Amino acid sequence: MKDFNLENRRFVIGGVGIAIVLIYTIRLFTLQLLSDDYKKNADSNAFLKKIEYPSRGSVYDRNGKLMVYNQPAYDIMVVMNEARGHLDTLEFCSALGMTKAEFIKRMSDIKDRNKNPGYSRFTQQLFKSLLSDKEFSVFREKMFRFPGFYVQKRSIRQYEYPYAAHVLGDVGEVSNADIEEDDYYQPGDYIGKLGVEKAYEKQLRGEKGVQILLRDAHGRIQGSYQDGKFDKRPVAGKDLTLSIDVKLQALAERMLQGKIGSVVAIEPSTGEVLALVSSPTYDPRTLVGRMRSKTHRALSRNVWKPLLNRAIMGQYPPGSTFKTTQALTYLTEGIITPSTMFPCNHGFSYHGLHVGCHSHPSPLNLIDAISTSCNGYFCWGLYYMMSNRIKYKNVEDAMNVWRDYMVSMGFGYKLGIDLPGEKRGLIPNSSFYDKAYHGSWNGLTVISIAIGQGEVNLTPLQIANLGATIANRGYYYVPHVVRKVQYEPLDTTYMRRHRTMASERAYRAVIAGMRSSALKGSSKALGHLPFTVCGKTGTAQNRGQDHSVFMGFAPMNKPKIAIAVYVENGGFGADFAVPIAGVLFEQYINGKLSPSAMKQADELQKRRIAYGSRNR
Amino acid sequence: MARVTDKQPSVLRSLDWWTIGIYIALLIFGWISVCGASYTYGDTDIFSLSTRSGMQIVWIGTSLFLGLVILLLDDKFYDTFSYVIYGIFLVLLFLTIFNPHEIKGSRSWLVLGPLRLQPAEFAKFATALAISKLMGSYGFNIHRWKDFTAASAVVVLPLLFIVAQKETGSALVYLSFFLMFYREGMPGSVLFTGLAMVIYFVLGIKYENVMLFDTQTSVGKFIVLLLVQIFSAVLINVYCKDKKKMLIVLYSCLGVTLICFLFSVYVIPSFDIVWVQLIICLVLIGYLFYNWLRTHLSSYFFILAFTIGSIVFFYSADYVLNNVMEPHQRVRINVLLGLDEDISGAGYNVHQSEIAIGSGGLQGKGFLNGTQTKLKFVPEQDTDFIFCTVGEEEGFLGSAGVLCLFLALVLRLMYLAERQPFAFGRIYGYCVLGIFLFHLFINVGMVLGLTPVIGIPLPFFSYGGSSLWGFTLLLFIFLRIDAGRNLVRT
Repeated sequence: MKDFNLENRRFVIGGVGIAIVLIYTIRLFTLQLLSDDYKKNADSNAFLKKIEYPSRGSVYDRNGKLMVYNQPAYDIMVVMNEARGHLDTLEFCSALGMTKAEFIKRMSDIKDRNKNPGYSRFTQQLFKSLLSDKEFSVFREKMFRFPGFYVQKRSIRQYEYPYAAHVLGDVGEVSNADIEEDDYYQPGDYIGKLGVEKAYEKQLRGEKGVQILLRDAHGRIQGSYQDGKFDKRPVAGKDLTLSIDVKLQALAERMLQGKIGSVVAIEPSTGEVLALVSSPTYDPRTLVGRMRSKTHRALSRNVWKPLLNRAIMGQYPPGSTFKTTQALTYLTEGIITPSTMFPCNHGFSYHGLHVGCHSHPSPLNLIDAISTSCNGYFCWGLYYMMSNRIKYKNVEDAMNVWRDYMVSMGFGYKLGIDLPGEKRGLIPNSSFYDKAYHGSWNGLTVISIAIGQGEVNLTPLQIANLGATIANRGYYYVPHVVRKVQYEPLDTTYMRRHRTMASERAYRAVIAGMRSSALKGSSKALGHLPFTVCGKTGTAQNRGQDHSVFMGFAPMNKPKIAIAVYVENGGFGADFAVPIAGVLFEQYINGKLSPSAMKQADELQKRRIAYGSRNR
Repeated sequence: MARVTDKQPSVLRSLDWWTIGIYIALLIFGWISVCGASYTYGDTDIFSLSTRSGMQIVWIGTSLFLGLVILLLDDKFYDTFSYVIYGIFLVLLFLTIFNPHEIKGSRSWLVLGPLRLQPAEFAKFATALAISKLMGSYGFNIHRWKDFTAASAVVVLPLLFIVAQKETGSALVYLSFFLMFYREGMPGSVLFTGLAMVIYFVLGIKYENVMLFDTQTSVGKFIVLLLVQIFSAVLINVYCKDKKKMLIVLYSCLGVTLICFLFSVYVIPSFDIVWVQLIICLVLIGYLFYNWLRTHLSSYFFILAFTIGSIVFFYSADYVLNNVMEPHQRVRINVLLGLDEDISGAGYNVHQSEIAIGSGGLQGKGFLNGTQTKLKFVPEQDTDFIFCTVGEEEGFLGSAGVLCLFLALVLRLMYLAERQPFAFGRIYGYCVLGIFLFHLFINVGMVLGLTPVIGIPLPFFSYGGSSLWGFTLLLFIFLRIDAGRNLVRT
């Protein structure tokens, strides 16, 4: 019966068994020990990390007035599996103030995986977002009758004042780019979009907490993982204290109504921005909650570009306010002394080139030149500097020295304010002109930069910072709108002095000129104020009506405030910019307005400039 | 008379305690896994009869009792009544086809009050007994067509009944009897042919739509036809002992194919080599036919049959898959072959089970700590996918240990089968080990993503009374037969 040949076949069969077990062991080895992909996958599968949102930090003005805070809002969530069939639709719709058709459409949208990719009928799905307290209170009373509907508490930003929209900014839902950049965010999170909300996002947002729950393959919650041992409480965001004075800000915004322009006020001794206005502006309270996207769309389509923060993004010719920088340069470089006289017969005329000027006594010295804002004087100064071959090898060399002075005063580059989107303006250098004029240029070619025209462009912030630099007699702190972050020291960037290249002696001469301007010169409307104002007007030429500009500070000794006012197409500096600055000086230094100033403010508020409907 | 008096001690003394030990170890491991797999969060009483783990204790207890009863019966009983038992189960299987209760799309469950029984699980031991009786009888010769057909019929009959119950998985288990046929003298070429068919199927379908070097040739067809030619050539050498002819066939087939390949790559790019390969195959068939006529060696005829059969099988499998099979069956095959990676669809089970096993690491997460299985990510987690729980909670050490236990069981059974004095015992032993090996191969393979998802249980692990009783019957009948090996029969 025994067949030894066949008996050997047991080795084949045994070999098959051993081979199977061996292959499976190798497979187990690769699955369990060689790759931790599966482990990671398992983690995300079994745990539901429930995010707990921290409250976002509040924002106060420099005097401790609450400006931005959080208001509770309510998202209505629905679990389809529990909601089916037991709902009195009519009552539900009336509680939420919607029609039955809307209800049916919303429910089918939720179930549509194209529109709602994360849909599961076992988990909470967003039914209606950001209900206000009032809307929710109606719903809450009847909620027990709507099985499957839940409430998720959220919060929306609320603004105490309709002012400072450009400084405060807003929050909105994160974009895909935000999520890519920072993996802190998940779809549906909120993030600062503009202003300090964006610049101080990391401080304001706090830290999300997490609750680790166990769930099954249907997404149903099974319980808390290890009794919450690994849960994390959310950490509330830090509060911000702005350097903005909300009264000053409000007043400035009021006076810029109906005009396009900017006001920037800086405390020279610290670099703190007291007011930062860009007009036209908008009410920050409209960019909140469910209205946000609609309002935002309307604002971004508006031809006046109310979303543009002109105070730091507008790049304008500084006009005659720029003459102060020229005086400082010429004095320090020894091109002129305070007593140097230049002629001016209705302007600067040389080799067939003419730069016009208004009528005033001629020749005149530096202080009178600043006071009356004489174009000729500064053109001569620049001409002598550019053609000085004793100090400078050639015109390029002279130009670059000039450029270095300008840069040291904070022009041509971003100052570094703590707001997003700042522009750098433009200060030309020699290679700029080499390119523009193919190497053939001289002091006369570029003469208009001496009076703040031509290629020179500054932002209103840079003009205000110029005022602060002069007030400080030669240094500035980087302007900033946040004075204090809760529990945090101020960034050292804002505590370092930046010295300019100009000498203190030069500053004294320029201040004397600016004081003279306020007393009897182009800004003499400020002479009556009960403190010593120093100022410089500007009338910046451009294609249309001139821009009305003012830059100044007060009081002369121990200055408390430096201001730049820029009103597009406002005509002479004295027309709009000077009176606006005067009211602001009074408000900030006296803390209140005199009846006449109040009247003036009302008048300024009412005055409109006809801009036409051209896209800006 | 002497035999009757010392019957009891002799059974216990000659019982193979090694197998009993492995059996008990597997039962313990299995119960732990069922606990882990069926444990619901917040549920503390794993012994309560309302839980699956508690019920599994009942099944284990009754199985042990069943085993004891089997050992107490005379070993001659199984030999004597094997046809009767087989007949009863065949009728039962036939009746089950008309069972009105469908559970999960299958009619294989008989509901008797609180009990739900699957006759298919019990029919295995009945079939094993019947086939052992048939093949162990005097004068049976597997090489005789009549005998082989009779033996095959004993296996195929219950298989067909179970397929009719829509339990394809359980039915496929009956293919494991062919392993025993091989041991008992079925030509190795039959097994080889079976293996070749699987290879054709897997390679041919998986690479059907892959093109060879930008030509119009399907890689799947190309490889399969090339393999048919190579297999035929090798078979000539093995069965006709003619090395020269093998080399002639091999070189001419490969040479012509290579020339055509180069031709299609460099000369006419839109040229399908498969047509040339079919012509080569025709020539090969003609050559084999010529040799058969000339030499009258039957080996040539069988090789000829193999070659033709291979080509017919491949093209008809392709046709069946694309035109006959139901979509869900096709999806299962596609997932297995890696053509369909729809993780949320058909591949979900396999993907989730791989995640669960992979997350176990070296030592596992510990008893009842498996999050994947506990939280019901893995479907059928305490029945067909029970091995996931082992992988997740016991880690590599535990799951490799379980595999080794099964291997030890199979090898031990083989040792026991070989020591049987009679063919009946040996054949039954090989049936048992073949069934265990097949279950292990398919069940663990499917959990590991290596074999198709065929719903059959892992012996002693999967939850359920029917399968546990079925496997216990299978094993203990063999142990009882083995225990009586030294008795002199009259």
